Amino acid sequence: MTLFSVENLSVEFATPDGTIKAVNSISFDIHPGECLGIVGESGSGKSQTFMAAMGLLPPNGRASGSVRLNGSEILNLAIPDLNQIRGSDVGMIFQDPLTALTPHLRVGEQMREVLQVHEGITGRAARQRCLDWLDRVRIDEAERRLDQFPHELSGGMRQRVMIAMSMLCSPRLLIADEPTTALDVTVQADILDLMAGLQKEQGTAIALITHDMGVVARMCDRIEVMRQGGFVESGSARGIFRTPKHAYTRSLLEAMPRIDAPDAPQVFETLAQPILRVDDVKVHFQMKIRGGLFGRKVPLKAVDGVSFDIRHGETLGVVGESGCGKSTLARAVLQLIEPTGGGVSWLGQPLVGLKRAELNKYRKNLQIVFQDPLASLDPRMTIAASMAEPLMTYRPDLTRRERKGQVAEMMERVGLERQLFNRYPHELSGGQNQRVGIARAMINKPKLIICDEAVSALDVSIQAQIIRLLRELQAEFGLAMIFISHDLSVVRAISNRIMVLYLGRVVELGDGETICSQPLHPYTQSLISAVPIPDPDIERSRGRIKLPGELPSPLDPSAALRFLPSRLAVGEVGYVPKLIETKPNHYVAEHDSLEVILAG
Amino acid sequence: MIAYIIRRLLIAIPTILVLIVASFFLMHFAPGGPFTSERPLPPQVLANIEARYGLDQPLWKQLYDYLFNIIVHFDFGPSFKFKDRDVNDIIAQGFPISFTYGSLSFLAATSVGVSLGIAAAIRHNTWIDYFAVGLGIAAQALPNFIMGPILILTFTLWLGLLPGGGWNGGQWQYLIMPVIALSTSYMGSIARITRSSMLEVMSSNFIRTARAKGLPTRILIWRHALKPTLLPVVSYLGPVFVYVLTGSVFVDMYFSTGGLGQAYVGSALSRDYAVLLGVTILYGTLTVVVNLLTDLAYAWFDPKIRY
Repeated sequence: MTLFSVENLSVEFATPDGTIKAVNSISFDIHPGECLGIVGESGSGKSQTFMAAMGLLPPNGRASGSVRLNGSEILNLAIPDLNQIRGSDVGMIFQDPLTALTPHLRVGEQMREVLQVHEGITGRAARQRCLDWLDRVRIDEAERRLDQFPHELSGGMRQRVMIAMSMLCSPRLLIADEPTTALDVTVQADILDLMAGLQKEQGTAIALITHDMGVVARMCDRIEVMRQGGFVESGSARGIFRTPKHAYTRSLLEAMPRIDAPDAPQVFETLAQPILRVDDVKVHFQMKIRGGLFGRKVPLKAVDGVSFDIRHGETLGVVGESGCGKSTLARAVLQLIEPTGGGVSWLGQPLVGLKRAELNKYRKNLQIVFQDPLASLDPRMTIAASMAEPLMTYRPDLTRRERKGQVAEMMERVGLERQLFNRYPHELSGGQNQRVGIARAMINKPKLIICDEAVSALDVSIQAQIIRLLRELQAEFGLAMIFISHDLSVVRAISNRIMVLYLGRVVELGDGETICSQPLHPYTQSLISAVPIPDPDIERSRGRIKLPGELPSPLDPSAALRFLPSRLAVGEVGYVPKLIETKPNHYVAEHDSLEVILAG
Repeated sequence: MIAYIIRRLLIAIPTILVLIVASFFLMHFAPGGPFTSERPLPPQVLANIEARYGLDQPLWKQLYDYLFNIIVHFDFGPSFKFKDRDVNDIIAQGFPISFTYGSLSFLAATSVGVSLGIAAAIRHNTWIDYFAVGLGIAAQALPNFIMGPILILTFTLWLGLLPGGGWNGGQWQYLIMPVIALSTSYMGSIARITRSSMLEVMSSNFIRTARAKGLPTRILIWRHALKPTLLPVVSYLGPVFVYVLTGSVFVDMYFSTGGLGQAYVGSALSRDYAVLLGVTILYGTLTVVVNLLTDLAYAWFDPKIRY
C-alpha cells in the first residue's frame, strides 16, 4: 500500500520568454513510514515537484499528471479541498526557518491556528498540545517560547518550531525541503536526529529534498536522483552509494567533499619565514542595549585575540559556526575593518594603523573572494571591466590592448569562455560569477588570497570545480590562501592546516589530518562528529558527541568559558583559556575533560 | 517604549527651536517688509509703526522677544496686517477647520486606498485588479487644484446638489467636496503602494508556510499578510497626514472654507511675519509629532522593532 503516489507529473511555468518545463513526467511512490530522498542540484525541479503536488506553485505554474494520497487524487484540487489535506495529512517544512515563519505572530499563535483549522481545538487544550509538541522536538523552556516571536529564537530553534508545527496533526507524510541547509553543522545533526526519531516513533513518512549527499546518507531508505526535471537514477540508499549506475550520480558523489577524504592536502613542510603574521588581533563592536533613558553599550567581542601565521604557498582553513567571527577576522586581517587591538604584519611590515593610500600599495598582494558572487560584482560593469579594474589601479603602464589580453588570458585560466567577455554579472550563473570573482582577485598575481565562504552558495559539482581551480592556481602562482568556511568537509579538501574558531577565539589549530581524525578539543570533536559523511554505512555507525545546550550568545560573558567550567565554578569569569602546544604545531585551547562538559 | 518616547520628545525641542530660528532669519532676510508698499509711507509714520511692533530693535533682540513670548506666554504676537487680531486668534479660527476636513480626507484616502490596493492584489490579473490600478492611476493624476473646479462644475453648477463653498460650522454638505478634492490623489498613491506591497508579501516564504498549513484564504490574508503589507504604507501615511493638513490652500480658495491654508499663503504674500512664523511652527511641531506616531506604529506592525 503506497501512501503517496506520483504518476507522470509535469510542471510548467509560463514566462515572458515562453513556457519553461521544470519537471518532466516523473513517477514515484512513498510508502508509509519510509524516508525517501530526492537529490539534485539547484534547478533540477526537486522542490517544484512537491510544490506542484501540494498546490503551492506560484500563479504562473501549471501541473499535470496525477498525485494520489492514500489512493485519492489531490493534484489541482480546489483550494478549500486542498486545505483539508495540507497541514493535516501532509506537513511541510522549508529551508529558511526565519522567513518561513510569520514574523509578527507569536510562536504559540502560529501553532494554535493549525489545530483550530483542522481539528477545531482551541483554548487550553490547544495550548497543551502545542506545549507537548515543543517538548517532543526538545525545545527548552517551551512555555516561554509560545509567547515569543520567531526572530527571538535561534535558527535551530526556529526549525524545531517548524517541525513541531507541521507535526501537530500527526501527518502521515512530512515533506522536508532542504530542512537543514541554512543551519550550522551541529544544529543540522540535531535536526536530522529529531526527524529520524519522529519517523521511527510516529511512523511518519518523510520526503527529504536536498542537495547534500551526506544528509541523504544519514537519513534515507531510498533515493531518487533528479536532474533537469527528470529522474536519472533511483534505488536503495546503500545501492546508490555503493554502485551508482548513472554517470551523473557518480559525478555527484565524487564532487562531494569528504571529511575523511584520503586525497586531502597534507602537512605543509617548509622552512621559509611566514609572509603574514597575525598577532593577538581583536575586533570589538559596541552593541547598543536597551535599558535606561539612553540605553547603554556593551562590547561584542567578535574576534578576541586571534594569532596565526601563514607561509608562502600554504593554505590555512578557518572553520567555525555562524557568529564565531571568521568573516570579521578576514576583514580585520585585510584592514577592511580596523582591528580594536593586536597587530597584522605583511612580510615584516605592520599593516595596522596605515593610512588608506599606504594600505593600497599592499592591497595588490592581498586579495579576497567573497561568498555571494553576484552581489560582490558591480552590476553595471561588464565582467571584463570588473576583472580589468585591478590592472588599471596597479598596472597603469599597460595599454588597453595589453589589459584586454591579460583579462582574456585570466578568463581562459579560470575556465570562462571568451564570448562572455562583455556580459554582465546577472547574465551569468553563480559558478561563472564566482570564477569572475576569482579572476578579479588573481589577475595581479597576489601573494595572499582570502576566500570567505567562496564556494558556500554553489552547487556541489560547481563547488568541486572551483576548489580544483583554486588548488591549481595556488600551485601555479605559489600563493598563500586563507580559506574560510562553515563546511568542514570543504575546508578539509583544500587546507594544509585548519584553525577552529569558537566565539572569536581559537580553540584548536593544527594540520588538517590531525584536526579531522584526532581532534583534542571537545568543541572540535563535537563539530567533526556532526559533519555528515556521504556513505550510509559509515555515517549510520558513527557516534556523535553532543554538547549540551545551544550555542551561547557572544554577549554572554560566561560563554567564552563554556569549555572550562572549572574556572567558572571558582568565579574566574574573566579568565582567558590559553592556547597550548600539545604536539609540535598542534595548538589546543585549555579545556576541561569531555566528560565534565557533557555532564553540563 | 516610554523611555523612547521621552527621548524623542526631548530631541523634538532643539529641532523646533532650530526651525523657529531658521524661519525667523529667512523671513527677515527676504527683501521688503510688512509695511513697505508701492506708495511709501512718510518716514516718521513708518518709524512709529515699526517701533510699535518692535521692528526697530536689533534682530537678535527681536528674536529673543519672540522666543520669550512663545515660551513664557505661549503668545505668537500680533498680526502685522490685521490690526486688531493676533496670531493665536488666527490659528484658533483656521486650524480647527483645516484639521476637520484634513483628517476626514486622511481617513478617506487611507481606507479607500488600502481597500482598493488589497482587492487588486488578491484578485491579481483579473478585471478587479485592472479596474483598481486604472482608478489608482487616474486618481493620482488629479491633484486637489484640478479636482476642486471639476467637483464644483459637476455637483454645484451642473447637478445643483451641493453648496459651492463656505463652511457653515462643518455641516456634511459643505464637507463632501473639500474632502474628495483633497483625498483623491493620495488615495491613488496609497492604493498603488498597498497593491504592490501585498503582492510581494503574498509571494513570501511565510505565506507559503501558511498555505502549507492548510489555512483558509481569509485567515491567510487578514492574520498573516495584512500587517507586513501595511508596513510600507504606514511610512507613506505620516507625510500624507502632514500634507493634507498643510496643503489645503487650494481647497480653502476654491471652497472658501476659511481654513488655515489661505491665511498661511496670504501672510506670505503680505509679509505678515508673525502669522507666517506662527503657522510654520505649528506645522513643524505637527510634523515632529506625526513622525513619532509613525515610528510607534512601526513597532506595532513589526515586532522586530523595539524601542
